[in-house]
Amino acid sequence: MSTPLLELSGLTVDFATDDGGSRTLLDGVDLTLAPGEALGLVGESGSGKSMTVRAVTRLLPPAATASGTVRFEGRDVGAMDAAALRGYRDGGVGMVFQDPRAHINPTRRIGAFLIEALIKNRGLKKKEALARAEAVLADVGIDDPARRLRQYPHEVSGGMLQRVMIASVLLAEPRLILADEPTTALDVTIQREVVAILDRLRRERGMGMVFITHDLDLALAVCGRVAVMYAGRIVELRSAETLHERAAHPYTLGLLGSRPAIDERAERLRAIPGRPVSAFEAGPGCAFAPRCGFAVEDCHSTPQQLTEFDGGLVRCGRLAEIHPDRISEEATA
Amino acid sequence: MKAGHLMKAFFTRTYGQLGRSGTVAAVFLAVVLLVALAAPLVAPADPNQANLLDAYAGPSGSHLLGADGIGRDILSRLIYGSRTSLLGPALVVGVALLIGIPLALAASWYGGLVDGVVARIFDLVYALPGLLLAVLTVALFGPGLTPAVVALSIAYIPFLARIVRAAARQQRVSPYVDALAVQGFGAVRITVRHILRNIMPVVVGQAAIAFGYALLDLASLSYLGLAVQAPTPDWGVMVSDSDALLKGYWLPVIAPGVLIVLTVLALTVLGARISGEKPPGYLRRARRQRTAPAAVGAAESNDKTPVGAAR
Repeated sequence: MSTPLLELSGLTVDFATDDGGSRTLLDGVDLTLAPGEALGLVGESGSGKSMTVRAVTRLLPPAATASGTVRFEGRDVGAMDAAALRGYRDGGVGMVFQDPRAHINPTRRIGAFLIEALIKNRGLKKKEALARAEAVLADVGIDDPARRLRQYPHEVSGGMLQRVMIASVLLAEPRLILADEPTTALDVTIQREVVAILDRLRRERGMGMVFITHDLDLALAVCGRVAVMYAGRIVELRSAETLHERAAHPYTLGLLGSRPAIDERAERLRAIPGRPVSAFEAGPGCAFAPRCGFAVEDCHSTPQQLTEFDGGLVRCGRLAEIHPDRISEEATA
Repeated sequence: MKAGHLMKAFFTRTYGQLGRSGTVAAVFLAVVLLVALAAPLVAPADPNQANLLDAYAGPSGSHLLGADGIGRDILSRLIYGSRTSLLGPALVVGVALLIGIPLALAASWYGGLVDGVVARIFDLVYALPGLLLAVLTVALFGPGLTPAVVALSIAYIPFLARIVRAAARQQRVSPYVDALAVQGFGAVRITVRHILRNIMPVVVGQAAIAFGYALLDLASLSYLGLAVQAPTPDWGVMVSDSDALLKGYWLPVIAPGVLIVLTVLALTVLGARISGEKPPGYLRRARRQRTAPAAVGAAESNDKTPVGAAR
């Protein structure tokens, strides 16, 4: 097998608190991503999705410390010096942020924002860079790109600005796109368009992508594999085609069960009881145990490992009891 | 015709951004600067040409503001004096910015220990009175404009850099800075091309205020005979003409004094407006009184009028 595009092993992020202690936000995340592959990271707020991609770009807040390794095309990101890091951020990864309005310098024109990296990092002439920016803006479905280049971020809508941000990432032609809830700040009708554009252009250009969302269906639609995170750990990892039918972890089942169905009228949406916990609040055993209908005494105290189950990876100790039918399949296969 | 339009557009824009008081201040300063630059063309006489027959002459056709104790034309001395009086503070502010801004940007970018050390140094220098530092320097190196400017430049670093650091720190934690870092830009590019540019109004505003204070400090030093030396025309030197005051002639002393006060005032007002500070209440009250009754009337009839009808 060739070198994976991205490889996280044992990635742990601790956050120093004001009282001198430390809190774990991310607890031993292992992931690999092949070149051109799209992986979804799904989970509730505080489950560590954003921390994971921030660690990948080495953009953690000053109070946070990461351990474990992040490898990009075999190179250790944590060991890069300033120049190597700039190069890696320039052409290796590109990031689409959740809120484009906050993540684009409001005092610069859209054109200046798009071409700055091309001129500074790639040594293009201003004219060439502008021509490329115009072409990419047209690619992401923006009308009259020449006019948009002269506008300021506050003059265009949020959906348009998110497309501008996607265009800025595409211009850098990275091998990996990190999309941190790229549609959460947008109108629902715009969401579909933006995701479709991101998905199509990524495929055309053969870029890998880590797509963060708390919309499970969205992740299933654009990603080949989906990792479900809970309390700073991956609890289930499997291909998008099989997740619907063969999800095994009680948390994933809960997530699938709590989606509103489009073809039936429900009085009340089903919800997972309790509230999501952060990694530092979790006990020594399974972090989901307090909310889990299948939990037994042992779940609260024994740490669980990601184990292969029914074609995916699942972190649960009660699989034999929850899915007795599939265990037998496994054994016979 | 076209030039007239451009002028009008320029003034409308300036007025919109600086308000009435700021525009007045800006125009006044522009006139002072132009006069200083064009001194040989504007001055009616040689500022150092003494004529004892004209000693303490009152305002007249030949001496518009009169003459001083040895018959030098006061207006010409004021005009030439604006050159040294403006050059000194310009150097002080320029040097202080040149040293202060990089330190402030580095402190805000790296944070932590670097920020702590730089901030404490700023506090330390800030605690030293600038004038005292200048007097000490002059005591060591002898009187003159150069030692005074050097000492004041150091003293003014924290005055400017503390503001820059505070504003830059606020920008530093903005999401767009993180986004720029992920685009592969280095610290220098992000701090200079983005952060510094975005806080420029604050920097320029504070620099204008510092310019006023530095002008005042240098005038004080010249008054004490520590900076600009006597025969050279300078506002501070002219104010120190106690001989004239003792003999009851106030114009040679008051005229430069008024110019110093007006220039410093104009710089302070302009600085405040540039950095986005609203004019104080007593400058705005008149307008509010004028608009208040109309606003009340509009509110009363509001429920009857359709939206947009007020306009």
